[in-house]
Amino acid sequence: MREISVKMITQAIAQMCITANCCLNDDVYNALEEAKKTEHSPVGKEILSQLTKNADIALQNQMPICQDTGMAIIFLEIGQEVHFVGGVLEDAVNEGVREGYEKGYLRKSVVSDPFLRVNTKDNTPAIIHTKIVAGDKVSITVAPKGFGSENMSRIYMMKPSDGMEGAKRVILETVKQAGPNPCPPMVVGVGCGGSFEMSAYLAKKALLRPIGSHSEKEHIRKMEEELLWKMNHTGIGPQGLGGRTTVLGVNIETYPTHIAGMPIAINISCHVTRHCHKVI
Amino acid sequence: MNVSVPFTKEQAQRLKAGDVVTISGVIYTARDAAHKRMLEDYEKTGKFPFDVENQIVYYAGPAPAKPNRPIGSVGPTTSYRMDAYSPMLLKCGLRGMIGKGERNQEVIEAMKENTGVYFGATGGAGALLANHVVSAQVIAYEDLGAEAIRELVVKDFPAIVIIDSKGNNLYQTEPLKYKID
Repeated sequence: MREISVKMITQAIAQMCITANCCLNDDVYNALEEAKKTEHSPVGKEILSQLTKNADIALQNQMPICQDTGMAIIFLEIGQEVHFVGGVLEDAVNEGVREGYEKGYLRKSVVSDPFLRVNTKDNTPAIIHTKIVAGDKVSITVAPKGFGSENMSRIYMMKPSDGMEGAKRVILETVKQAGPNPCPPMVVGVGCGGSFEMSAYLAKKALLRPIGSHSEKEHIRKMEEELLWKMNHTGIGPQGLGGRTTVLGVNIETYPTHIAGMPIAINISCHVTRHCHKVI
Repeated sequence: MNVSVPFTKEQAQRLKAGDVVTISGVIYTARDAAHKRMLEDYEKTGKFPFDVENQIVYYAGPAPAKPNRPIGSVGPTTSYRMDAYSPMLLKCGLRGMIGKGERNQEVIEAMKENTGVYFGATGGAGALLANHVVSAQVIAYEDLGAEAIRELVVKDFPAIVIIDSKGNNLYQTEPLKYKID
């Protein structure tokens, strides 16, 4: 067994919350730069320029790219040879979020109850997804998620007879309905298959894939490409003010499912699509 | 085109959907929880925490300010969540709203009736927009943290008229120009 102090997890997560919120990932930055060259709308071009300029200011001043620094979504892949010492893992993760959001001057956006709505003032609790894997390492992904785009996400429990055409229809419809609300250009994460909750989990995981990456499955890769083209011809454009840059990427993940079902979850993300990865 | 505060009816009438503007003067941040409480207070006392007449509300909840800075990142939040409250504020004289995303028909009708303007600021450009904030002060509901009402003094704050006081709406007209089926 490899012993890992949970203090290391706290420290890593605190730093990653800050990095994820203040440094726009290269893949997104480059996609915005590319889009500036291809965007047809003058207003759209101007907005894309504002977004790269904004990322430059955020990086230089170490301030968040967007004031919605999100709810902290944390994926932990824990090697089964790891033994955590010095405390409880969940507490250590939340302590990392608490420290990161305080030290990084990040906004605290979590309320303790969906109906009573009292701010917890430290952005905890985080949402933690753990997976036990082979080995003696811990892989941490911190993906703070803003809710302007989260609110535009949807789950459909479709019929097998709806097929791939049906899936494409609801995915495209979700983007059209989102329109200007999630701060386009968006990144679209899709989870197909599994169960109700698994499809949503896959959709969230899909957002972690770099812009420009494709599914290794041929039929899914084609679906991603077709949807990307169609979404960028809806006319929505940057900020919904018209143009051809509505979506920077469509990432689809799949999982085996039941003979009776075809869950499709669509998780919409804004251009920031924060995520930061580290292996301990 | 410059927009100054107080933002009068005459100024509002002149603005058309698509006008690119810069806003200078005092604006007030208010989002979900602040709107809810403002309307509750109005019901109880007949007053809002600030006089809304000819004022501009900015749908925003800023990130905390770093030392020696007036404010943290402060971009717009999605406006439709304030739709339930906006018609009443417009009726009471509110002239401008800054946000991002769609408004419902009820808000648009109230804007037409009361000469209101809906401005869009670039969502996701909070760090850039913070550079246009000269000072910020919490004036009500401090317990709401990021959602407290703040009086911001802004200078050349960049925005675009999305829906004008006649009800012309860029979200309806612009995407059609770039749409291909």
